[in-house]
Amino acid sequence: MILLKRIIKSGFKNFKRSGLISWAAILVVTITLSVITTIIILQATLHFSLNQIKDKVDVTIYFNVGVPEDQIMSLKDSLLKLPEVASVAYTSSDEALQLFRDRHSEDYPTIQALDEIKDNPLGGYLNVKAKEVSQYENIANFLKTDSLSVSGFGSIIDKVNYNQNKLVIDRLNSIIAGAQKLGFLITLLLIIISIIITFNTIRLAIFISKEEIGVMRLVGASKMRVRGPFMIEGAIYGIIATIITLLLFWPITAWLGRNMTGFLGLNLYDYYISNIFQIFVIVLLSGVFLGMVSSVLAVRRYLNK
Amino acid sequence: MIYFNNVSKVYNKDSVALEDVTLTVKEGEFVSIVGHSGAGKTTLVKMILAEDMPTDGTVFFESLDIHRLKSDDLTKFRRRIGVVFQDFKLLSNKTAYENIAFAMEAVGKTEEEIKSDVPHVLELVDLGNKKNHFPHQMSGGEKQRLSIARAIINQPEIIIADEPTGNLDPVNTYEIVQILKKINDLGTTVILTTHNKGVIDSIKKRVITMEKGKIIRDDKDGKYAM
Repeated sequence: MILLKRIIKSGFKNFKRSGLISWAAILVVTITLSVITTIIILQATLHFSLNQIKDKVDVTIYFNVGVPEDQIMSLKDSLLKLPEVASVAYTSSDEALQLFRDRHSEDYPTIQALDEIKDNPLGGYLNVKAKEVSQYENIANFLKTDSLSVSGFGSIIDKVNYNQNKLVIDRLNSIIAGAQKLGFLITLLLIIISIIITFNTIRLAIFISKEEIGVMRLVGASKMRVRGPFMIEGAIYGIIATIITLLLFWPITAWLGRNMTGFLGLNLYDYYISNIFQIFVIVLLSGVFLGMVSSVLAVRRYLNK
Repeated sequence: MIYFNNVSKVYNKDSVALEDVTLTVKEGEFVSIVGHSGAGKTTLVKMILAEDMPTDGTVFFESLDIHRLKSDDLTKFRRRIGVVFQDFKLLSNKTAYENIAFAMEAVGKTEEEIKSDVPHVLELVDLGNKKNHFPHQMSGGEKQRLSIARAIINQPEIIIADEPTGNLDPVNTYEIVQILKKINDLGTTVILTTHNKGVIDSIKKRVITMEKGKIIRDDKDGKYAM
């Protein structure tokens, strides 16, 4: 306990006395943490955009006119049992007609033609959304299976629009997979580069103290007593860099929120503020971890002499 | 207390730092080791501190084979020795007070012990008014006195002073030698390396003379003879 207290006290004292070197290390850790924060925000934007696109994709099953609603409902139930299906929305033929009328309210000849027919020419339809874009094919295949025809569903379905949309869905699928893979690779690369730069800066800061480390050992200090204050210093770098980073991103996201919301579809400032706690925890842990681990690795070289 | 058994240290074929050195230092002795630069004095000291490994032979401190100690045991062993270097080796980012406090913390002394002992030892080496000074704010003589204070604070069994007067003027040299003699009079073993004739002649204790890594003379009540 007394050792821990001394280590913490020394860590703070060393940090204060190292002056410019401490601030140089903080600057580099801040850059690393800014990269991490940028990645968090970029991932959120990417995720949001992809979700929006995914949301626009669906498969619609159109039924023949006059199919009883209970048959449609039982197909809906069997669709909902599929693990790939996220939701199924039913639109009755009356609702379909109303929607059609609303859509064409300005188009007088069409409405007039509709009025001439008197009977509702539109069938009901089911709107099926899958959990993943890649799963639409499975759902379309399910609708083609024999079991469906055996249970009598085959005769009530007018058409399924999957095949018309197949090309778009496939292309979207590969774009989403590519974007996610690319995002992951860029993230990994940036984080590795940042870690290497941070590690080297802290190593340089500790290199200056290499003789002192030797002296401490000669005086009879245990490894932990020598290493500890450097770890505390590393943690302080992380904590201060976290605060600076989060303060820096405040005006940056505010500006982006004001000027880029239309383009991105997502208000980054709102996102930043509503997720500030999670971002704080991620950035703080990264910063403290980076500072402490870099210190341990850097001191280790001189400690074993 | 310290036993060198046929110790050799070869850095490379052309530079033999120690050659077949056999030597015993008894408890309470004041041993001066003299020789030109490169004679092997500092290597001998490094062997005792386990800063360097011998190529051949063994070094014992009482019953401990120094070079076979594990890291933790080595740490404990070093706490039994006080070291004074020519270049002082003070912790530059710590004040005079903290440099000594650090050595006490290293051996696990309490805050109370530190608070009562550090001012006392600083007074002893006449640095009472410099306790908040950093090493770079002190003169060579003051730094060396601080380094001696640090070496003796934990009452070690042995003090090793490696060319402690190498960077000092005659007045400071005299003071340092007087302090070392006083420490020895109080019962602590002292090993001093130097090439200062005046220092050796004023001590009038055992003198070991080295040349090219070998011991060529070992005189009780010796004088500088090179």
